Amino acid sequence: MHKTLKAIIWIAVALFGATAIGAIALHRGESISAMWFIAAAACVYAIAYRFYAAWIAASVLTIDETRATPAERLDNGRDFVPTNKWVVFGHHFAAIAGPGPLIGPTLAAQFGYLPGTLWILIGAVLGGAVQDMVTLFFSTRRDARSLGQMARDEIGPIGGAAALIGTLLIMIILIAVLGLVVVNAMKHSPWATSTVAATIPIAMLVGFYMRNFRPGRVLEASMLGVVLLLLAVVGGGWIDHQQELRTWFDHEGLTLAWVIIAYGFAAAVMPVWLLLAPRDYLSTFVKLGTVMLLAVAIIILQPQVHMPALTQFTDGSGPIFGGKLFPFVFITIACGAISGFHALIASGTTPKLLTSERDIRLIGYGAMLLESFVAMMAMIAATVLEPGVFFAINSPAGVVGSQAVDAVAKINSWGFAVTVEQMQQLATDMGETSLFARTGGAPSLAVGMASIFGSAFGKGMLALWYHFAIMFEAIFILTTLDAGTRVGRFMLQDMLGNIWPKMGQTSWMPSVIFTSGLVVAGWGYFLYIGVIDPNGGVNILWPLFGISNQMLAAIALCVGTGILVKSGKFKYAWVTGLPLVWLLIVTSTAAWQKIFSDDIRIGFLAAANDMSTKLASGMLSAEKAAVAPQLIFNQQLDAYLTMFFVAVLWIVIFDTVRMMRRHFAGKALLPLTEVAHEPSRLVENWVRD
Amino acid sequence: MIKQIKLFWQTIRRLSGDDAYEQYVMHYQQHLADYSANQRVAEQSLAANSPVEQPELLSREAFFKQWQENKWTGIKRCC
Repeated sequence: MHKTLKAIIWIAVALFGATAIGAIALHRGESISAMWFIAAAACVYAIAYRFYAAWIAASVLTIDETRATPAERLDNGRDFVPTNKWVVFGHHFAAIAGPGPLIGPTLAAQFGYLPGTLWILIGAVLGGAVQDMVTLFFSTRRDARSLGQMARDEIGPIGGAAALIGTLLIMIILIAVLGLVVVNAMKHSPWATSTVAATIPIAMLVGFYMRNFRPGRVLEASMLGVVLLLLAVVGGGWIDHQQELRTWFDHEGLTLAWVIIAYGFAAAVMPVWLLLAPRDYLSTFVKLGTVMLLAVAIIILQPQVHMPALTQFTDGSGPIFGGKLFPFVFITIACGAISGFHALIASGTTPKLLTSERDIRLIGYGAMLLESFVAMMAMIAATVLEPGVFFAINSPAGVVGSQAVDAVAKINSWGFAVTVEQMQQLATDMGETSLFARTGGAPSLAVGMASIFGSAFGKGMLALWYHFAIMFEAIFILTTLDAGTRVGRFMLQDMLGNIWPKMGQTSWMPSVIFTSGLVVAGWGYFLYIGVIDPNGGVNILWPLFGISNQMLAAIALCVGTGILVKSGKFKYAWVTGLPLVWLLIVTSTAAWQKIFSDDIRIGFLAAANDMSTKLASGMLSAEKAAVAPQLIFNQQLDAYLTMFFVAVLWIVIFDTVRMMRRHFAGKALLPLTEVAHEPSRLVENWVRD
Repeated sequence: MIKQIKLFWQTIRRLSGDDAYEQYVMHYQQHLADYSANQRVAEQSLAANSPVEQPELLSREAFFKQWQENKWTGIKRCC
């Protein structure tokens, strides 16, 4: 195409994108069409991918497509296999796309739609996608070495150990949070509980099918599974209407928490083909299908976003979680903008599959952009609700009171219109008993999605759409939960294997049971606390997850920056350095406030002290007094955990700076561990033909 | 028209991993089942200072079991 024409097109895209962002940012009316969000996202991603990612690939990383990738050099047909770039893209995206981008934006919507939306776009384009791409590149150049190993090789042993311990802790907190989200979605909802319960035997059936009956027939088995899941959603509705049967599935939060804990342990110990692997296929297909369906529905329906651009809760008084806009919106939205965990995936299996370094831009940068888009759609689904309804669903009883009338009065006093009748009608429409204080993000996301699907595809089935949305979230949260427990178990076995070698044998049953038990006990404890917390648990757990995840992202960026400096590319070090500095500021500020703030809704220690005083002076009700000691202990533990994360972060930063100073002073350093250039035969073959 | 549908179906099979076994068999026949591949195996053995085994072609069932085991061992998942 003619150069001038290309330039004109890109300028037009840039102008359109700027207009869309301007419209979103400056709008102060009743509602704004969701299409502006889609347009802004599409333009921003297109420009970032075409210019920024291309420049990073060409000038900063200097991608060399004549170089043989580890997949080509070490090709063994099993894990090192040169694979078509779209297949690798799909695999990488499926591995990084978890429930994170769905929950974070829903919670951050308490600040209004604008802060979250801007962070999703800017954070992903300048931070998250850069981190993923750079980590993928450096890992590929090092024979697909993991992030922990690269940290150890390039910076020092401290960086490596930090990455390892950080990962394990993040995993435990993340699983606890996800467990909490699912428990809150199933609480006192026989329909949701029966549907989620049905996913277990369905997964086992699919597991047998794929293992013994028709080995390797992924599509067939998954189709069977998806059909059964849809039947389970419908079946749940039938169960909900049977007076006797529904009582079997109507449970308190705490009961459900114990069931989830038992499930997590069983799933981690059972053979992988029986439950984990088939669940994974089902959840991937359901996830992909639902996300595409949601995108199509939003484009057809073009719903109106009713949440204002900014709410008064930017001042820190928010009901869903305490904390001002800065730094907490950046902590709350992690996976949709920048997430350290992605760096683990980008340095895990994906580098072993790359056919050519040319694919790194698509897979590293592109997959993260797609994840960011999922987060954007979650933001839209959360903000299409009337703000009064949004807050009624997401505000915990500890803030608005446990009676519907009180909650409505409180929310009205904040300036958001909602009535008890409206919420009652909504609950009936969705096939639920009540939608008040259904915290965790899943129910409000499901209501938003059901409204969008219902309006686009048919209004008569709102309850089915709602429970389909709940099933969709629950199935892949539970898959993350059991997969995460398994990963945590491997890491623990690996660590313990250094002390007692027999523990490191991944198939030795006693070791499996012991380590799985430890990991489950770890997240089970946090899940328990989250369930008994009158503030809904999200307030405690989600910021902890966000801080630890950003810490890992900072470690990955330290590795990237360190390698860039060591390779003599200091003038480009800002590409990873700038997001690193930003994360450092945000994480440290958030951690400082979570530890030392006097506001009991923000500071862990302040909350613990306040509760201790109230307990000592007998001001708490009997039931609150019973759980208070555990909550107090947990708040203190969380404060120390936060201190630990921040300490680790700063230690790695100092170690990286020390390394860079040594480099500039010309002193001895750990050498670059990049593998020598070997010409790619694959390129030669193509050229020759 | 039929050709388009066939191509589309092949793409779906490729992206979902449904044709993994066929890919493996093709890979085996190209790389592991002839003299030049044996040569490479011998070189690898020399370099690794220990014998590298020439693998047998796995049955569909065995391949799938191994594939699954590999996929689920180690840090492979995210949030």
